[in-house]
Amino acid sequence: MQTPNTRRVRLATSALLALTLATTAAACGGDDGDEGGTTADGKIKLTVATFNEFGYEELIEEYNAMQDEVVVEQKKAGTANEHQDNLYTKLAAGSGLSDIEAIEVDWWAALMEQSDAFVDLSDPEVESRWLDWKTEAATSPDGALIGYGTDIGPEGICYRSDLFKKAGLPTDREEVAQLFGTWDDYFETGRDFVEKVPDVAWYDASGATAQAMINQVEYSFEDEDNNVIAADNPEVKEVFDTVTAMAEEGLSTNLVQWSEDWTASFQDDGFATMACPGWMLGVIEGNAEGVKGWDIANVFPGGGGNWGGSYLTVPAQGDNVEEAKELAKWLTAPEQQIKAFQAKGTFPSQVDALDDPALTGTTSEFFNGAPTGEILAERAEAVPFIAHKGPKFADINTAFQQAIQRVDEGKESADEAWDSFLADVERLG
Amino acid sequence: MKAGSTAVKPVGDAGSPVSPTGGRPDIEGVRRAAWRQRLSRLDTLVSPYVFVSPFFLLFVVVGMFPLAYTAWVSVHDWGLLAGRGDFAGADNYRRVLEDRYFWNALRNTISIFLLSSIPQVLIALGLAGLLDTQLRARGLWRMSVLLPFVVAPAAVALIFGNVFGDRYGLANEVVQAIGLDPIRWHVDTLASHLAIASMVNWRWTGYNALIFLAAMQAVPRDVYESAALDGAGRIRQFVSMTVPMIRPTVLFVVITSTIGGLQIFAEPRLFDTQGLGGSDRQYQTLTMYLWELGWRVRDLGMASAVAWLLFLIIIIFALVNLLVSRRAGTLRGQR
Repeated sequence: MQTPNTRRVRLATSALLALTLATTAAACGGDDGDEGGTTADGKIKLTVATFNEFGYEELIEEYNAMQDEVVVEQKKAGTANEHQDNLYTKLAAGSGLSDIEAIEVDWWAALMEQSDAFVDLSDPEVESRWLDWKTEAATSPDGALIGYGTDIGPEGICYRSDLFKKAGLPTDREEVAQLFGTWDDYFETGRDFVEKVPDVAWYDASGATAQAMINQVEYSFEDEDNNVIAADNPEVKEVFDTVTAMAEEGLSTNLVQWSEDWTASFQDDGFATMACPGWMLGVIEGNAEGVKGWDIANVFPGGGGNWGGSYLTVPAQGDNVEEAKELAKWLTAPEQQIKAFQAKGTFPSQVDALDDPALTGTTSEFFNGAPTGEILAERAEAVPFIAHKGPKFADINTAFQQAIQRVDEGKESADEAWDSFLADVERLG
Repeated sequence: MKAGSTAVKPVGDAGSPVSPTGGRPDIEGVRRAAWRQRLSRLDTLVSPYVFVSPFFLLFVVVGMFPLAYTAWVSVHDWGLLAGRGDFAGADNYRRVLEDRYFWNALRNTISIFLLSSIPQVLIALGLAGLLDTQLRARGLWRMSVLLPFVVAPAAVALIFGNVFGDRYGLANEVVQAIGLDPIRWHVDTLASHLAIASMVNWRWTGYNALIFLAAMQAVPRDVYESAALDGAGRIRQFVSMTVPMIRPTVLFVVITSTIGGLQIFAEPRLFDTQGLGGSDRQYQTLTMYLWELGWRVRDLGMASAVAWLLFLIIIIFALVNLLVSRRAGTLRGQR
């Protein structure tokens, strides 16, 4: 009687031990990207660090299959913030960065102050490859080209046609586009919507809408000479007032963009519309997997707007700078960027890609067969200017977003939140 | 035989007072013996230190050096990317102490620390008491309490992040099923502290329980037998005998969990998307505040000042702990 029992216990114990060890091993196995620069069979190993969705998965496979000297691996961070933290830490440490690091336009200016840490990528081959303003922004004061442009973020409005139908709104994307000429129109339609469908919010997050509006202000937080003007800028205050007032009227989900709840709300009919830069298409498709009814309208309130967009840089600390530069050049070539766009909606910043039939002919099945290529190309043309973002932009923007969040959560009134935002700006110096 | 006689001979020589020329080798022999004696005394005196020195050498390299270097950084203007600037004296400390977010972070840290460490030590004690009994499949139970400890904190944060979702989380579904209002885990200060403390507890309780268990097994069993004969119940035995007898271990666990508790980082850091501890920094801890200064504001000078202040705070806490636990221990002993 005793023996089989003991044996069973021992078996269970060792099974548990095995599981424990496996978990530990898995926990330790997470970080293997920083060693050497060569693989076991003597090939050069290149790492590409990106965030969100760049649409590089298939391109990297293609590159690996194309030649034998280099093996490329992608390291994806979940959010831009996470990627930025990693970048700063390793830049300061002087080692540990990937061979290619993606950099988002919002914190570009802060990194340009450290332009020595990156390789000058100037190359006659890539001259006039990108839109002028995209290249200009990546050129350091002494003329070095620090980054190769990947995508830009021309914005449309993504919407749920099934929820629109429920509210008695038009569902056809041409007709929907008529509704959103200005922000006032957009919010007015929103009021109408939440009245008819009270459990669903109008847009995904107050912060996201505020960000879209801030991107339409040429000098929002900093002026031409990078003096901080956030506190006295009436345009910033107006964005703040509008967004907080709309939240009070129930137009917002009151969720934080990129939070777990925000991600979950895609599956729970949380909201009906959202500002939609090209790269957001991939995010929506991922979060709303299985949800039917998404579509995109060829319009953006208040004209056009650009949200985000990135560059690929080659940190000077890498072991295989030349190979990394070649890879970055290949990844940002128009043909490749079009493929990335088809995969994840990252809209090309390359001039030749913009009128390429492969781009303009792209449609998205998920977005109800919408001609996403054509729509975003038109949205890109509608962008009147690119907002100025100085070295403090990302920091002040975080404080701005948090102030809006405090109102959303009912922790502070709009006035209190604005005052504490001013104190935060003061603190950031 | 021969070997024996040769070995004896020098002793005889040294001992012989007759030979006038034999004085020199005699003194030589005495000296050598004295030298050897001194060496062996030195050996007993120094060897232990030599044997433990690797730890201290390593400690100097990975403990003292960073400590000193952080102090050096904290009295300079020092940018994360720009590097060392001018000497700043106590300026960084002044700016930290004047920053309201420092005090906010201190309050949060202490609150989360109390909410995690106290239940943690108590539950671990109880758990260890249960594991110390004649359970079936003892090994299985003992090992399974350690399982949470080997899961990476980031994975824990991810899972708990979903459990404590404000709107679509598992915890709130349970709360609502009971008929209560959903709790805003990421918004309300106390709720967020509780959520974070539960992550910390989930991870560390089992670990502490095993340490207690090891100490409890060293308690002689016959003491329990006599107590049982005297009519003491299980609980009475546990409270009046087991706990006092493992007092040094309790002290150890209390101090290590104080040190750990005041440095909580991963759990609250991963509890929101911005990494600043909520919209109002309602759960930003001191280490997160340090990280914000160093990596978001990119001011390593101020961040180092925070590191030193945190170091001092931990020392104060550890000392208070030590005194309180000692006193509590002696009181119980006298009773």
